[in-house]
Amino acid sequence: MGRMITIKALKYNPNSKVSRAHFAEYQLEETDGMTLFVALSKIREELDHDLSFDFVCRAGICGSCGMMVNGTPKLACRTLTRDYENGVIQLMPMPAFKLIKDLSVNTGEWMEGMSKRVESWVHTNEVPDFTKLEKPIDPQVAEDTFELDRCVECGICVAACGTKLMRPDFVGAVGLNRVARFRMDPHDNRTDEDFYELIGDDDGIFGCMSLLACEDNCPKHLPLQSKIAYMRRKLVALR
Amino acid sequence: MNVVYCDALVIGGGLAGLRAAVEARSKGLSTIVLSLIPVKRSHSAAAQGGMQASLGNSKMARGDNEDIHFADTVKGSDWGCDQEVARMFVTTAPKAIRQLAGWGVPWTRITKGPREVVMNAKRTTITEDDETHGYIQSRDFGGTKKWRTCFTSDATGHTMLYAVANEAIKRDIDIRDRKEAVSLIVENRQCYGAIVRDLVTGELEAYVSKGTLIATGGYGRIYKQTTNAVVCEGTGAAIVLETGIGELGNMEAVQFHPTPIVPSGILLTEGCRGDGGILRDVDGHRFMPDYEPEKKELASRDVVSRRMMEHIRNGKGVHSPYGDHLWLDISILGREHIEKNLRDVQEICMTFNGIDPADEGPKGWAPVLPMQHYSMGGIRTKPTGESSTLKGVFSCGEAACWDLHGFNRLGGNSVSETVVSGMIVGDYFAQHCLDTEIDINTKTIENALETEENYLKSLLEKDGKNNIFDIKLAMKDIMWDKVAIFRDGKNLAEAVDELEELYKKSLDVSVQSKTMAGNPELEEAYRVPKMLKLALCVAVGARDRTESRGAHYREDYLKRDDANWLKRTLTTWKEGDTLPTVTYEDLDIMKMEMPPAFRGYGVKGMIIENELSAKRQEEVDKIREEMEAAGKDRIEIQTALMDFPLQPYYKAKNERFGE
Repeated sequence: MGRMITIKALKYNPNSKVSRAHFAEYQLEETDGMTLFVALSKIREELDHDLSFDFVCRAGICGSCGMMVNGTPKLACRTLTRDYENGVIQLMPMPAFKLIKDLSVNTGEWMEGMSKRVESWVHTNEVPDFTKLEKPIDPQVAEDTFELDRCVECGICVAACGTKLMRPDFVGAVGLNRVARFRMDPHDNRTDEDFYELIGDDDGIFGCMSLLACEDNCPKHLPLQSKIAYMRRKLVALR
Repeated sequence: MNVVYCDALVIGGGLAGLRAAVEARSKGLSTIVLSLIPVKRSHSAAAQGGMQASLGNSKMARGDNEDIHFADTVKGSDWGCDQEVARMFVTTAPKAIRQLAGWGVPWTRITKGPREVVMNAKRTTITEDDETHGYIQSRDFGGTKKWRTCFTSDATGHTMLYAVANEAIKRDIDIRDRKEAVSLIVENRQCYGAIVRDLVTGELEAYVSKGTLIATGGYGRIYKQTTNAVVCEGTGAAIVLETGIGELGNMEAVQFHPTPIVPSGILLTEGCRGDGGILRDVDGHRFMPDYEPEKKELASRDVVSRRMMEHIRNGKGVHSPYGDHLWLDISILGREHIEKNLRDVQEICMTFNGIDPADEGPKGWAPVLPMQHYSMGGIRTKPTGESSTLKGVFSCGEAACWDLHGFNRLGGNSVSETVVSGMIVGDYFAQHCLDTEIDINTKTIENALETEENYLKSLLEKDGKNNIFDIKLAMKDIMWDKVAIFRDGKNLAEAVDELEELYKKSLDVSVQSKTMAGNPELEEAYRVPKMLKLALCVAVGARDRTESRGAHYREDYLKRDDANWLKRTLTTWKEGDTLPTVTYEDLDIMKMEMPPAFRGYGVKGMIIENELSAKRQEEVDKIREEMEAAGKDRIEIQTALMDFPLQPYYKAKNERFGE
């Protein structure tokens, strides 16, 4: 028999006139290797059918389940309950995103906006003939591009960001990383001047205060600090 | 009445749906994509190991072409697939991958010169040619003759999904997430769109369109043990079934993957074994060569999964609180390889099991056990992707039974199918939307909306006896215990009875919270009966199919029966019934390019021959011989053997090194 743990989850439905924000408390038995995905699924099945949260892959791949775990933004599916010694875990929805209900926030809308803002796609006038051999790419460059392409848009860097608190329209590390990714990609013909037009202001690359909670909390361990610093040097040199 | 009009409605925002939407939008159609979740979170992202396409760039892929990819796919399917569709697929796959490269998928590229790899548990050196430096690399996967699986480390699906989603955003496709299609609007056997529930506000809307494409993925979540994401509940296929007109094909064809990690069921990619990883038993013994001397760990998934379960039954499993399992050992590949090419695998092992698979020896072995992984069955379509019976409905990707995979899918062919069918079916779908004018009575739309509204209200008002969560868990247990890897008549018959009983119970539940919006229990209450219908299609199809073919393995009918069972199961559901109606569709051997034969792996001598197989083989041999003598090339010969429909731009010859 495992120990009993306590999960406190914020409950609030902004769409309801009668709903009041409060913490609901659930006691359950910890099982071997229990993650917050397992714990919350159990709570919904057995203790509170009404608790809302978002999981999709439950394997740390899709980025759906970002939430505040004892005050720190984390992917809930990869968070093990045994790592909390006193057995009390407080869950809150991530700040910075629109609350849907309880632990569920609208990252999708925010990320689509970010994608449009940094024009998160390959810019080129070439239409390659797909019956012919592909364009060769330096293997190291492909690997470096992949490294930055690993972002899963979980929103943790935005929820953790100090700059975002001061500047509500800050594009976030996720947006800056996306620019760095396309800047690396040889298929994309944009120049630094083009990127300056997208992020060359205080809501973009020059807004970042380098507090670095983004990199500290990034579940994919992206090199956000060095990429943001590098791009800032490149873009500041343009004006 | 809340009505949204568009030309092309795509339900499902994974790779298949998005790629088809890009096709529709590119033809100037107003296109809407509906998705349960933000589209970049779709289960496509979980495809790790790679995408099959016969580029033939690298040393171990040289000499590969469409013919070899075709033969591997047909054998893999245990001759259950539609060979015309397989030809359409293999011909388009190289184009798909090259197009994706242009869209920014950072495919792992070839580095010239020598590199060390592990093959058959031994280190060997492969030397890549100078001329191929920088072209797309490929790795080995199960059931393939050549190294054909192209990849981006072990996050292939993720990079593909992001590239295609970004292209969709670039084209200003109207993507709406947290929207669930709950029924189709149908009149006179034609579909006019869907009734859609907003998962945030709980409101119902009617989407009216000239064509509706369903790409909602598989139905793995009807099983207790599955690698599938929690959204893979098959409800897209279910709303087609519920029209009473749409047909589902081969629902009993369900794949079990050999190496999900225990107990979480998270997948460790086939790339682990493709790159040289091996399976070990309780004694640390590598057992697969004992069963499959030729392909070893790299036989097709159905075969490897069964051999593993057989080995456990022989007492060689490792005991654990979660039941017996076996070990996957990738430590022999070396830390450097793992940290570069199997990084997500390493992360999964570390996070969920506290194991670093790069640690040498037993310490680094990961506990694995076969679990549900892929749905070969789905919405039955013609080669164009249009439903065989319901006009205006198209389907592609895992949701469809197009039927590329027959009774077993090869690793690397699913993520490939998503984009390839998105291109091909998306193009036919777009053409349909361009050519179609619809004329629909508003009363029909109103009725469809009202029906759903009343249904949801009734679920909230009902004071039923049952708890929907209990019913869902019971269904998963039945499917896992009685309709999984090893099947037999007695258990299948029991499963059908129990599932039917559960289905009836699922209509008499009570939902505690009475709000229409943000009510997870209400969602379960309308989804679970749909899932039970699919589960019944699977169980009934499996019970009635008295043979073993691919992943459908009957312990009471061990042989593949080409004489009686070379046919596709079709299920429909009449309103008010508690069981599906089953019919069959014959596969025509005399039209096959590759008549049924032994697969080259699995147990030999387990086929009940159809006399036509030999007859057709003779014909095929004769045509081939004559045409080769007349100096015809492989494409001319293939056309003579089995011509297949495909858009000319997709049918164009693929360029390769040395061809």
